[in-house]
Amino acid sequence: MTRVLGWLAVVALLAGLAVGFGVAPREVTQGNVQRIMYVHVPSVLVAYLAFAVVFVASVAYLARRAEAADRIAHASAEVGVLFTGITIATGSIWGKPTWGTWWTWDARLTSVAILFVMYLGYLLLRGMVEDRERGARYAAVLGIVAALNVPLVHFSVVWWRTLHQPPSLLKPGTPTIASAILAALLVNVLAHALLYAYFLAKRVRILRREQEASA
Amino acid sequence: MAPDPLVRVTGLRKTFGTRRVLDGVALDVRAGEAVALLGPNGAGKTTLLKILATLVRPTRGAAAIGGQDCARRPEDVRRLIGLVAHGAHVYEDLTALENLRFWAALWGLRLPASDLAAALADVELERHAGERVRTFSEGMRRRLSLARFVFARPRVLLLDEPFAGLDQRARKWLEEYLQAFKAGGGAIVMATHSFGRELAIADRLAILVAGRIALDTPRAALTSDDVQRLYALHTENGS
Amino acid sequence: MTYARRAWAVVWKDLLVERRSKETLNALFFFSLLLLFVFQFTLGPDRERLAAVLPGLLWLGFILSGLLGLGRTFLVERENDCWEGLLLAPGDKSAIYVGKLAGNLLLMLVVEAVLVAMFVVFFNVDVGGVWPGLALVIVLGTIGFAAVGTLFAAMTAQVRARELLFPVLLLPVQVPILLATVKATEAVLLGEPLAAVADWLKLLVAADLIYVVVGVLTFEFVLEG
Repeated sequence: MTRVLGWLAVVALLAGLAVGFGVAPREVTQGNVQRIMYVHVPSVLVAYLAFAVVFVASVAYLARRAEAADRIAHASAEVGVLFTGITIATGSIWGKPTWGTWWTWDARLTSVAILFVMYLGYLLLRGMVEDRERGARYAAVLGIVAALNVPLVHFSVVWWRTLHQPPSLLKPGTPTIASAILAALLVNVLAHALLYAYFLAKRVRILRREQEASA
Repeated sequence: MAPDPLVRVTGLRKTFGTRRVLDGVALDVRAGEAVALLGPNGAGKTTLLKILATLVRPTRGAAAIGGQDCARRPEDVRRLIGLVAHGAHVYEDLTALENLRFWAALWGLRLPASDLAAALADVELERHAGERVRTFSEGMRRRLSLARFVFARPRVLLLDEPFAGLDQRARKWLEEYLQAFKAGGGAIVMATHSFGRELAIADRLAILVAGRIALDTPRAALTSDDVQRLYALHTENGS
Repeated sequence: MTYARRAWAVVWKDLLVERRSKETLNALFFFSLLLLFVFQFTLGPDRERLAAVLPGLLWLGFILSGLLGLGRTFLVERENDCWEGLLLAPGDKSAIYVGKLAGNLLLMLVVEAVLVAMFVVFFNVDVGGVWPGLALVIVLGTIGFAAVGTLFAAMTAQVRARELLFPVLLLPVQVPILLATVKATEAVLLGEPLAAVADWLKLLVAADLIYVVVGVLTFEFVLEG
């Protein structure tokens, strides 16, 4: 089952590459640099998805004390941090030619960076608590606080400063991007979501094996 | 027919990381009965007490007090138990009376000053009511800890090395206190690793070795020498 | 009623212990004074430069002394395993959180008031006409900071690298509070009306509500040890 998911992710990623480089046109103002968006935007969406999963699994863990929920929260946080890292790296690579600098305190880059450190702290907490049951409880509480903090971080940082292009995909009303670019983006979002699901399933299984071995 | 035991432990297992501290422990304690848990350090005595006290969740198996599961209904269990562990649950910078007042308030009890004074008198601390715990001896701390149960009225006392560090007078006082508690229909689970006079209050001995109960036997017929011999026999085989 | 009385018992006990031991408050006053020296030395004597970064410095001072003060919240509960006693006292555990939060709020507001007074004296800051607005911003910011700080202090009290983990967990979560308070303080000190920073104040109120509610709902899971 996990293996099927893995192959699906590979196929989707290859398709995403093909569409992103082959089908989608060269963007007029930014040139080829724009194509990094096919990784950047899907990663950030998947990161948000991952942290939402952490939140739901954390609530479920505290309510039911089911270790399975804890494993999902743990795994999803790890994968979420990975995708947040990819988001920051690709954003930075895109920023160099576009803004002339690797890093600016642009609103959305900043709020993603805050998410990154917040969930790194989450993983750090898990690593530092020796008793597994206690670690799971603490992590669940932190997972809830962090997730509820996401909108607060978003608004505060946006009001604090904004340089970034306005969101181009999720804005209601008339679509502003060419349909080929949109199609390429959607294929890549799907590919990243499959990759997330694959990593999550794999990591959950490894965590379960580890815990079974020590029980 | 005998009533259900106040304390019932079945198939209890607890692992910390990769270490299995308890491995299939079963134990019943009836009202008016005291069980002494004997065993070397690290045998799991404290962990067993902590599971009974709702402080630690078992990995497998169940512990129940008064028919309430310790892991699933901790709040109900907490109303039935009194724990005296290594820490006496008292604040060093508060006086004896202030400590009692705090714990009574936290238990949601609204007690007149006379009740608090009576509780202190019950553990023979009335002359030290206004003194800070920082100046107290080990025995006085333990008595103050027990004073909380005068108003909380637990049915089961969980004691971890209750006699450690006490002088002769304090030992004698504690023995009498525990005998009175038993006589009042309470049950006692007491962890210890010494074979002193304190075993006199125990009706049964349970020897815990490497997370298992190696022996569970009535104490009445045993002399102090018998206990030492049994203990040596089981701890050497088991570990 | 019982809930309020139980929360009050925690406040009363903590204040009494603090009054007797004087461990936290004295050290925090001294620490605040030292911070002032550090700010002065690192920024030089230029008053204009100082004025520009003043709101940030003020909150930096609050945050640093808050980290020290809040981090100690549950240390007193470790003596003689009182922690277990708190957990074993039957009843809603969040009353303990509310009591600890109220005590922390009081402690931090006292330290912050002293810090503001020191800024007035040493950096010649004029808070004469703006103090009600400033007080409002400080109180709103401190509630959110203390609400998460109290919860996280309980979470890290039993962990080995407590001094390290506490700020590492708390600071990223406090970014919204920090941005809102610094911006609002800046505006207030410039003499702008509170209406000009209404958005920031709303954000602070929302954050305070969210943090306190989450703290109340999740505290029992942290107290479990």
